[in-house]
Amino acid sequence: MNFKHKYFFLFPGLFVLIGILIFPIIFVVRLSLSGWNSYNPGLDYIGLENYIRLFTDDPRFWESFFRLSFLSVTTVILQYVIGFALAHMVWKDIKFKRFFRVLFLVPMMTTPVIMTVIWRTFFHESLGPVNDLLSVFGVAPKWLTDPVIAKFTVIIVEVWQWTPFMFLLLLAGLLSLPKEPFLAAAIDGASPVRKFIYVTFPLMAPISIGAIIIRLIEASKIMDTVYVLTSGGPGTSTETSSFYIFIKGLREFQMGYAASMSFTYLIIMIISLTIIAKVLTKVLLKE
Amino acid sequence: MKTCLTALISSLMIFSPMAYADKWSDQFPHIKATGDIPGDCSYEKMSKKNYKGKTLKINTHAIPVMGEPTALHAEQFEKLTGAKVEVTHTPAGDLYSKAMVPFQAGQAPYDVVFGFSNFINDWKRYLAPVPKKYMNSPEMKDVTKSHMGVSSWDGTMYQYPVDGDRHYLKYRKDVIDNPEMQKKYKADTGNELRVPRTWKEYAQMAKYFNDWDWDGDGEKEYGSAEVMKKDDLMFAAFFSRSVAYAKNPRTPGGFFFDLETMKPNINNPGFVEALTDWVEATKYVPPGGTNFGLGDEIGSFGGGQTLFSFSWDDAFIAAMQDDSPIKNKVGAAPLPGADRVWNRVSNSWENQYNQAPYIVWGWAVGVAKKSKVKDMAFDYLCFFSNGANHQADLAIGRFGVNPFKNSDFDPNIYINSMGWDPEIANSYTQTLLDMEKSNNRVFPLRVPGVFEFTSAVATGTSKALAGQLSPQEALDEVAKEWEAIVSRVGKKAVQDAYAVGVKMEDNKL
Repeated sequence: MNFKHKYFFLFPGLFVLIGILIFPIIFVVRLSLSGWNSYNPGLDYIGLENYIRLFTDDPRFWESFFRLSFLSVTTVILQYVIGFALAHMVWKDIKFKRFFRVLFLVPMMTTPVIMTVIWRTFFHESLGPVNDLLSVFGVAPKWLTDPVIAKFTVIIVEVWQWTPFMFLLLLAGLLSLPKEPFLAAAIDGASPVRKFIYVTFPLMAPISIGAIIIRLIEASKIMDTVYVLTSGGPGTSTETSSFYIFIKGLREFQMGYAASMSFTYLIIMIISLTIIAKVLTKVLLKE
Repeated sequence: MKTCLTALISSLMIFSPMAYADKWSDQFPHIKATGDIPGDCSYEKMSKKNYKGKTLKINTHAIPVMGEPTALHAEQFEKLTGAKVEVTHTPAGDLYSKAMVPFQAGQAPYDVVFGFSNFINDWKRYLAPVPKKYMNSPEMKDVTKSHMGVSSWDGTMYQYPVDGDRHYLKYRKDVIDNPEMQKKYKADTGNELRVPRTWKEYAQMAKYFNDWDWDGDGEKEYGSAEVMKKDDLMFAAFFSRSVAYAKNPRTPGGFFFDLETMKPNINNPGFVEALTDWVEATKYVPPGGTNFGLGDEIGSFGGGQTLFSFSWDDAFIAAMQDDSPIKNKVGAAPLPGADRVWNRVSNSWENQYNQAPYIVWGWAVGVAKKSKVKDMAFDYLCFFSNGANHQADLAIGRFGVNPFKNSDFDPNIYINSMGWDPEIANSYTQTLLDMEKSNNRVFPLRVPGVFEFTSAVATGTSKALAGQLSPQEALDEVAKEWEAIVSRVGKKAVQDAYAVGVKMEDNKL
């Protein structure tokens, strides 16, 4: 029988794939080879000029990339630790378990931009309630105006906003674990700590890797928090890659150059996340 | 002749409203203070237009600044003409791209686009010039020469004047003019307490009045509120501080660049001195002041938190509103000057007093060349800025509408309809009027790719404010970036465009 007509059924899916995934990437690559900007709109061809500029004459991009690496790795580690602790807590039979499960998810359900505006108000150094409270102890940290502290302010907001996502994935993982290993550990008289280290954590390794990778992908796109909270300042101390690309593309309207940065960033992220996934698999799954 | 015409229009605008007040202000309470004011786009005239079945699409700023008056006048315009007006509100940072992306794609999703006046060079090829009918109207003849220049490109007007902006000094009159404070200041510092003539005096006073409760309200006050947040109009604040040191009336031919060579002036000792002052200013702003955007600055000075502020009118108007704790306690004055000014030709300091007004960019609006309802769009803009609407808008600080007509400089407007103290109204209007008359003004940079230049300034100066770089290093970095931008855009293109601005600064246009 001739089943060639079956390939026709692939067309709708293929069409959607090309339309929403392949075409935008190809367009970005083509755009990156053009000098499209506010005074010269259009897809002219300038070869690798944008890439040469990026690799030889734009230290700000690379600084923002390393800053992003620090921010995203730190926030994801904190989110993982706190998210795991919270998930572990409500996995057990505790009072008001359902209430806590819903409560811990609330930050994720709020709108990031709105919440960041509220956080900015909290951390406002002369009008915000945080320093008002801390003034009782005689301290008034410069949450948004000190180059070092501002990074940690961004981390606090990101951790608050996205820990629930980690919590949700890890709780789902915990709820799907088989009961037998825990029963065996209990019969062997394992303490709660040993049970966690030798049973829970290893069993959770695959889902942990997935959760960390998903969050790293998301955290590496951090933009709205920085935009609202600090605008990348003071100086360039909280400027991340995506915020820098946003400035070049939509503020300065250097569309061609912003496209070259976006594509380079995409390649770097694919490579680095692949390496991170491999390393995590090796370490956590001991493969 | 021109003066007579201006005086006639001013008189008409101030004294004629009463006759029309009852007829239109009942329907439109916004103009209750004046009623309708006769003119080409008055309520009376607009009510005779019929745009039923037509739709006008407008992209404007978020509410309230400019967004609120746009929506309000759209609603009034609908009632008067039968048109349907759709208003889209967009954050300030996205106004440029929201219009530019469809412009470049050959589309016109909006008939009317709001933005800033320094967009003009990038936008002008997509905007319809203002038709002669409106150019010849008495309302347009009342617009100041500076703002005609700001709205036009080499003689052709592309942006319909709806707002006028400049930076000037705002100060707490109840402190600076207070004899007890003057005595105390003299005793403690040996200096006179007066409206600061120079940025150095400004700094001395701001430092002295920083971090203590000088108005006895139980809370600490601070020296100065300034726009220092990166990318939030901060570059304009930096230029305001730079003009005194770097705009030398004896060296025409460019403030930002040397027009002949297109070499940036931005890292010359004049600008470096201004940035050094600004870094020093981080010590006398309120806590968190280095992260203040325009809204924070308005709230801080307008709320009585600081002694000084400088930038757009909004902080002053907010301070003078009825709900302000410091109504009639503030004064307006020209931007401080400097005791020396850099001469970029002789490459040396000139030890003489210098002051230069900064006619900063402000709100601007144009009609898309591809719009199918251009007549209605221009009628809307003309209605927006008609005498009655304009005077009512001026009184509301959050609207962001500031004086740009010669008739706006009559203190009686502010005394009679806004309840300002006559002395304050006089100092306010005189300050604005003096800026119009000055021969040493600086206008905004309006060259192709203007955002690349201003963004480089914001990044460089914010690095200096954050202590990442010294003022000289920061401005050297900006100058290098400016040279790269000029090279990318094309020296000739930037030079030709810059020449138009230089003509205005050199009083040749």
